[in-house]
Amino acid sequence: MDTVIDVLLLAFLAICAVSILRLRDLFAMAMMFGLFSLISAGLFTTMHAPDVAFTEAAVGAGISTILILATLAQTARREQPVPTRSKWLPLAIVCVTGAALIYGTVDLPAFGDPAAPAHNHVAPYYLQESYNDIGIPNVVASILASYRGYDTLGEVVVVFSAVIGVLALLGLRARPPGIVAGPVRRLDHRAVLKVIAKLVVPVILLFALYVQFHGEYSPGGGFQAGVIFAAAIILYALVFGLDEARRVIKPQLLQRLPAIGVLIFGGVGLLTMLLGGNYLAYNALGENPQKAQQTGIILVEIGVGVTVASVMLLIYFTFAERGRGRKADEGDGGSSA
Amino acid sequence: MALALDILSWFLILVGGAFGIIGGIGLLRLPDFFSRIHAASITDSMCAPCIIGGLMLQSGLTLVTVKLAFLIVFLFLTSPTASHALAKAALHGGLDPGEEHPSARTRQAQGDAAREGAQG
Repeated sequence: MDTVIDVLLLAFLAICAVSILRLRDLFAMAMMFGLFSLISAGLFTTMHAPDVAFTEAAVGAGISTILILATLAQTARREQPVPTRSKWLPLAIVCVTGAALIYGTVDLPAFGDPAAPAHNHVAPYYLQESYNDIGIPNVVASILASYRGYDTLGEVVVVFSAVIGVLALLGLRARPPGIVAGPVRRLDHRAVLKVIAKLVVPVILLFALYVQFHGEYSPGGGFQAGVIFAAAIILYALVFGLDEARRVIKPQLLQRLPAIGVLIFGGVGLLTMLLGGNYLAYNALGENPQKAQQTGIILVEIGVGVTVASVMLLIYFTFAERGRGRKADEGDGGSSA
Repeated sequence: MALALDILSWFLILVGGAFGIIGGIGLLRLPDFFSRIHAASITDSMCAPCIIGGLMLQSGLTLVTVKLAFLIVFLFLTSPTASHALAKAALHGGLDPGEEHPSARTRQAQGDAAREGAQG
């Protein structure tokens, strides 16, 4: 049965990929990318990797689709036609690369092979000892936040650097110079959306908190919770307008939150050093090693969640703000023409 | 009792699957944008709840059932809203519900022809 589902999902993936290549409408392409991520999330679920599937569904199908749409709202809707050159050279390159990759897969161990190197290095220790060491049932959370704490710190710093890059390109200022904010468009005709958003947004926020603080016991954790939290606020901003969303989370606070999250993560490491342990070795946090580990994991996950949520929101707000300024200009031009 | 539950749950799952197929066919075959939204929303409001209801009967009185119930409530709130937003956006974007329909187009063409005939 699993094989049938795998084959179906992979076939859908292939169809998605081909149709993305053939589409010229960028909005439709963004939708297909979201679908692609959702199908990948399904594949991860059949591989019994719910944490990864969760992230893929929240980031790939949710937030990144919104970010692509926010970008498209400021650029063109359709792809420019590419001047046709000879297609033989690209085809040859693709064929050779593809053949090399397929040749490479022959040497890879079979899926789920217990003799594979990845399953014989540190993985057996993690699987057997994590419950004794840390005392939480979700091994993924204990590997992510404790055994591999350095890697996760690196990932959080990568997310932080991404927002630094976006802000450096698009500007820290709320409104870029030369773009006058137009009149805020009235949203009075969205009665249904407003009512439903008011019902749904608190539930999403609550679910984000559940994912954040239940991540030790069920799939989830700081990354997923941060994205879900940001999605709730973005939904609010989409329905009620940017200004209302800015009143919920002040921009001054939002700009500082990514750094605060990273500092929480790094600060836990410094704290363990001050208490006499190694960097990010949570056992120094208390007498009982399991409790100390759990405290460390919860603190670190809060840092991850804060950074991820605020980075997603900052990127969205920056994009949407520019889009609004631009739209206002175009609207003026349209009315005078 | 268990057999009855099983039969009921499979009935619901099959009905849900049938609605999914009907919705898919409608999405492909119906003539204009608004009737296609109608077909797509059938999969949301009939297919998914039927299948989830069948799964709830399969899982019995467990936490899974409660989560599935939450899913149904969430779907009932969000999917009609999504269809509504889609239709509203299309209207706002200038798509006239009557205009795109092929029968309307032929009717208009016949009307034009008749008028031309009358003028000629």
